[in-house]
Amino acid sequence: MFLTPVVPHRPFYNLDTMFVRGLKRKCFDGEEDIEGTLAGIKAIPSYNLQRQSLLDMSLVKLQLCHMLVEPNLCRSVLIANTVRQIQEEMTQDGTWQMINTQSTGQASLDRLVSTDILCRSSREQAEGKHVPGYGTFSKDFEGDQAQDSSETMSTASSVQAPRNLQSDVWEMENPQENKGNFQKSLDQIFETLENKSPNSVEDLFSEVDNSYYDLDTMLTGMMSNTKMGHCDGLETFSSPTTTTSNSNCKSDLNELDHIVEILVES
Amino acid sequence: MEEDVETRKISSSFLRDHSYATEADIISTVEFNHTGELLATGDKGGRVVIFQREQESKNQPHRRGEYNVYSTFQSHEPEFDYLKSLEIEEKINKIRWLPQQNAAYFLLSTNDKTVKLWKVSERDKRPEGYNLKDEDGRLRDPSMITMLRVPVLRPMDLMVEATPRRVFANAHTYHINSISVNSDYETYMSADDLRINLWNFEITNQSFNIVDIKPANMEELTEVITAAEFHPHHCNTFVYSSSKGTIRLCDMRTSALCDRHAKFFEEPEDPSNRSFFSEIISSISDVKFSHSGRYIMTRDYLTVKVWDLNMENRPIETYQVHDYLRSKLCSLYENDCIFDKFECVWNGSDSVIMTGSYNNFFRMFDRNTKRDVTLEASRENSKPRAILKPRKVCVGGKRRKDEISVDSLDFSKKILHTAWHPSENIIAVAATNNLYIFQDKVN
Repeated sequence: MFLTPVVPHRPFYNLDTMFVRGLKRKCFDGEEDIEGTLAGIKAIPSYNLQRQSLLDMSLVKLQLCHMLVEPNLCRSVLIANTVRQIQEEMTQDGTWQMINTQSTGQASLDRLVSTDILCRSSREQAEGKHVPGYGTFSKDFEGDQAQDSSETMSTASSVQAPRNLQSDVWEMENPQENKGNFQKSLDQIFETLENKSPNSVEDLFSEVDNSYYDLDTMLTGMMSNTKMGHCDGLETFSSPTTTTSNSNCKSDLNELDHIVEILVES
Repeated sequence: MEEDVETRKISSSFLRDHSYATEADIISTVEFNHTGELLATGDKGGRVVIFQREQESKNQPHRRGEYNVYSTFQSHEPEFDYLKSLEIEEKINKIRWLPQQNAAYFLLSTNDKTVKLWKVSERDKRPEGYNLKDEDGRLRDPSMITMLRVPVLRPMDLMVEATPRRVFANAHTYHINSISVNSDYETYMSADDLRINLWNFEITNQSFNIVDIKPANMEELTEVITAAEFHPHHCNTFVYSSSKGTIRLCDMRTSALCDRHAKFFEEPEDPSNRSFFSEIISSISDVKFSHSGRYIMTRDYLTVKVWDLNMENRPIETYQVHDYLRSKLCSLYENDCIFDKFECVWNGSDSVIMTGSYNNFFRMFDRNTKRDVTLEASRENSKPRAILKPRKVCVGGKRRKDEISVDSLDFSKKILHTAWHPSENIIAVAATNNLYIFQDKVN
């Protein structure tokens, strides 16, 4: 589900598993083990990894913010400032340039831009379920509207893969990635975030060629049976036992609830 | 009265309890009126529940100070803004009482967009014996009316009525976070994320914009207003806090639009504590003038600070509310707890301050003795007239008996809203859908 955190194996509310030391710059510790999920790209020092994860997490939060017509402005502004701060620091210490020139770096850049990986839970990937509608948000993010759903799907899986496999996959995949994507997506986020026009929800969804029906399906827990009717989907959503089980999603039911309500209302 | 919070014994009464609680039952604001006789709560379902303090009775002295439900009414309803295709929640963000002028009580309640003025009054008599209507209010057949009679007022069971007197709408584009009644008792202000408006109680169709921090280009937006309050005695002075951890004091005599502050309170950042979360945790979630008007108290994520109005460059006191969370900030960012808006309150004499934390814990700080205490609002410890035991959170190493480790704190149980009786040591603590009232032990 798209609310899954950046590192999908990490329980949402578990305070122990990640960043026990916080993200203080002084607390850099090269030995720190972040659950092994990022083992594939160990070459980068852990501070950078943490910063990257924080950036990813912030981008997801911003993306969720701008799905709402009226997000909590204080929260959105604070998250946006955090992203700006990280971006500034990355530009200053040259990490940004490095990322742009190295192929492994390219991987993390893509990871950062392709938010569709965030739309998937690891379990669903493992089961190899094909779910239409997953890719829709990433299009908004990448500004690439020509891509169709299935193509986005393949990108999504490949983006996820290197976390557990070797990074060679990156050389083969998607050579023509747009390097300006990061800045572009940031700008888009800030714009949407700050755009208070009444149309913002429509704007958001107008870039998505799938119908509300598909969004509903997506929000209702990625049913494998895609022929389900509109109302069935909503019912399924309201009874969590029948959805594809993912404990992470439940913690955000309220947010989801709200989104679904908006969709239904409009 | 003994001010020492650590040795003070507190007995409790337990008022509001729904084991079948829903989201709508979550209490979103708590406020005593100016005498302390009434206590109002607002919830996410748009309801206002008012409690009244029971009169002292000679044969049951231990019952002194118990609060019972006085009136319940639906203040705000969920609305849909068709123009913006936007749902407006009914959740009550703030309640503020007006000073009592006559037998009726008045209060302001607000959701994200609309402020309402409510009159709460008692009725114990009703008119009887109308000529044209019968007792049920139906018109009588004129041919049946053969004589004239004088209607009389007859006593009846006490009834408490809440009636909406004014609705102040359509003035806020963003979410209202604060309302504050001015000491002139004629005006009040309402603050949202980017603007503060000044209203007259009698006029609902216009308000004056006194602060506007909305940048011309919204892409440059990096700061929002988080709370605002009028000075308790000077009707021209108010403060507002921001998401960057600063407080601005404005004087409405200088100009109509208070874009330039008179005073700017800001503490320089401690470079040794700098992190990506510095700005988020310094964002001020509540600002309160002391009753004396000399000090301002601010709450940020980890601390509560007291500022002297005459010193802008740093607070005179800083109290750590839950410093053990400093190492958990990333997790708290991830699960969004870091954006929780904790409020803070003064006691009647400005000598003790109180604010909430997680795990249903709340903290009190004695400003004179510098002692502090952590107490817990929970059903287990709060049998009527039970005495609250101080709690301790164990940081690192060995956990002693009765201590709780940081890792076992429940972050879904948070105390955001509390209130302190204006003159006595009675406090109200909202813990999700439960309201706890604690008071000094009665001997």
